[in-house]
Amino acid sequence: MAAILAVDDSASIRQMVRYTLTQAGHQVADAADGNQGLAAAQRQGFNAVITDVNMPGIDGIELVRRLRALPNYRFTPILLLTTESAPEKKQQGKAAGATGWLVKPFEPQKLLATLDRVLR
Amino acid sequence: MDMQPFLDTFFEESFEGLDIMEQALLALEPGVAPDRETLDAVFRAAHSIKGGSGTFGLPAVAGYTHDVETLLDRLREGETTLGEEVRGALLESVDVTRGLLAALRDGVEPDAAAVAASTARLQALLGASSGATDAPGTAMPAAAADAESADGPGWRVRFAPQPHLFTTGNDPARLIRDLEALGPVAAECDSSALPPWSELDPEACHLQWTLTVHGGSEAAIRDILEWVEDDAEIAIEPLPGAAEEPPAGPAVEPAPAGTAGEPATERAAPPARGGSSVRVQTEKIDALIDLVGELVITQSMLLDTARGCDEVTARRLRDGLAQLERNTRELQEGVMRIRMVPIQFAYARLPRLVHDTAGQLGKDIHLDLAGEQTEVDKTVSERLTDPLVHLLRNAVDHGIEPPEARRAAGKPEQGTIRVAAEHRGGNVVIEIVDDGKGLDRERILARARAQGLPGAEREDLDDAAVFDFIFEPGFSTHEEVTEVSGRGVGMDVVRRNIRELGGSLQVASTPGEGSRFIISLPLTLTIVDGQLLRVGEEIYVVPLPAVLESLQVNPEQLRDVAGQGRVCAWRDGYVPVVGLDRLFGLERRPDEHGRTLMMVLESEDARVGVLVDELLEQQQVVVKSLEANYAPVPGSMGATILGDGRVALILDVAGLLALSRERPAIPLAAG
Repeated sequence: MAAILAVDDSASIRQMVRYTLTQAGHQVADAADGNQGLAAAQRQGFNAVITDVNMPGIDGIELVRRLRALPNYRFTPILLLTTESAPEKKQQGKAAGATGWLVKPFEPQKLLATLDRVLR
Repeated sequence: MDMQPFLDTFFEESFEGLDIMEQALLALEPGVAPDRETLDAVFRAAHSIKGGSGTFGLPAVAGYTHDVETLLDRLREGETTLGEEVRGALLESVDVTRGLLAALRDGVEPDAAAVAASTARLQALLGASSGATDAPGTAMPAAAADAESADGPGWRVRFAPQPHLFTTGNDPARLIRDLEALGPVAAECDSSALPPWSELDPEACHLQWTLTVHGGSEAAIRDILEWVEDDAEIAIEPLPGAAEEPPAGPAVEPAPAGTAGEPATERAAPPARGGSSVRVQTEKIDALIDLVGELVITQSMLLDTARGCDEVTARRLRDGLAQLERNTRELQEGVMRIRMVPIQFAYARLPRLVHDTAGQLGKDIHLDLAGEQTEVDKTVSERLTDPLVHLLRNAVDHGIEPPEARRAAGKPEQGTIRVAAEHRGGNVVIEIVDDGKGLDRERILARARAQGLPGAEREDLDDAAVFDFIFEPGFSTHEEVTEVSGRGVGMDVVRRNIRELGGSLQVASTPGEGSRFIISLPLTLTIVDGQLLRVGEEIYVVPLPAVLESLQVNPEQLRDVAGQGRVCAWRDGYVPVVGLDRLFGLERRPDEHGRTLMMVLESEDARVGVLVDELLEQQQVVVKSLEANYAPVPGSMGATILGDGRVALILDVAGLLALSRERPAIPLAAG
């Protein structure tokens, strides 16, 4: 059981992620863009953050950078949702301080397995 | 896992995204460098559709939108410029994606030809060089831990993290644990780099490991360590005696020269209007509205009951009921407001329509939209789209002149069509104004007479009456049927659609200066302020806004005019009279002097008198659809349930007029 923050501007992906993680016994908060995600992260602590890259306003890469600047999130696992078509995003994400990534599209099982790698 | 619950959301948001794409593409000027923000929004919409369709098992969509996304990405990176050709292809892709999604949603066969044609067009723009685009990202990356492929005894892994490793959120302990999924791991820790206690930075990683992994493949190990390969020194070698593994390609593609140097824009997202929002299915709201409707009925039932109580009880009961009425009304308004959406949803197709139609006809037209935040009921908004589309098509086709004709008339070559919405009282009023040639009174009249439209033969028709003929079935003044207007849908259908929503459509025009179509609609379709009235034993409801006046009439004021039905002298003219008794087969009971009450009702610019026996109270009534619950009843817009449980028809003035089939015999004085 962990508290997870999921940030994605697509409502259907958010729903799917929330459902999958909740079924697996995690507590999930979600946000529709980087600003909301940042605000949520400042309101409560999370054991891990999963964020999409392409979002209006603060994108995923910038969100990682800003989270890392918060004292409580210096070591928190942050996973980026990237696509095969933009491999350079992985590197940008790493440079910003991301822990790892999950390539879209992903199966719910894959999401859980990847998340398990950064929990505990 | 069952993806169906998320598919509904996916379709909904994808259609919204496509609308955003379309509007943004139309807003971009070909040849002008597009602004980054707009392009980003378009790219994100396409990107979300592609990503979601992959996730939710719609490979056809994911495959098709891959090229769309690639083209948009090139635009975004400035590798492609936005010409009319690119914009056309992208607009087309919006349509194709819409069709594809709708087909998948409705379980029908998608239009494969359209997809293929659009794909070819996109790939031509992407250039032959990129013909070998990487496969659409529907393939699943191989699972990292394929423990079953243990080649030989295993691997020795030298793992030397850099001090900053923890700040990436990674942890050597977790990585070692992941490696254990491949087989037993023996870890040898090298603490030689540990500084003395006094200098130890507890947040830095000073330890290094030599790991012996008894199982797995080199690729599987690289997969697990991929996240930290830039934050650690990693060396992997097979244990002595291990089978030679065919050399695996590099597990990581070299980082392409991307946009890494790009400064991240520090721009706050625009605040969402009205704070946070929740998506709610319309069914849920409708159930709530039904419930509130029941509450209103219950409340009026209680009020009826209270009237029969003794003084003291009644007073207490009435106080409570007055409170309940206030609360109910507020609750009702609140619930109604949930269903309100900005009218911009009905505007969505208009820019594209004007752009395309004007292009076909070689006209230069600027579309000006105003009042897009004006809120209307969702159903009204949805059913408004078709009439708006038709009126705009009409303005482009019939209203605005070709550039040369405009120049000859001393007007700017670019015509303007303005669509503006605003609230006026309990209505929303939408005006469609063009600065074209205006309606041709003489041609309309000639055409109406040629078609033998009733009333056209008269010599004293004012402009409004003449212009009204364009709403008659089958009426068209266009010399040659153009591809645009010859679609078999006439203005009569437009007016009928608007009337079905309880609204009205009027037109005004000045020759040479343009035309103005005015749509007026009620804000909601489910609650009406009603005037109750009795005819014989039956109770009817008339929407209060339609009531012009009530007066006593003597029998001699009523006259039967040959071929015109009954009329009644009223003010300075006559008004056609509808007898509900005749219409619905009722027994009327005028008073002993034979006098009767007449209510003059008004719809748009037509008036009709209705003979009634008694006026009862005014109250809010909940409109229930007769069509859904019984069958359509001519002359009524629905029914309601009264406090005593009786059902009353709600009269529809326009419908009554149509039923009486009577044009006013004599032009009415403006009242």
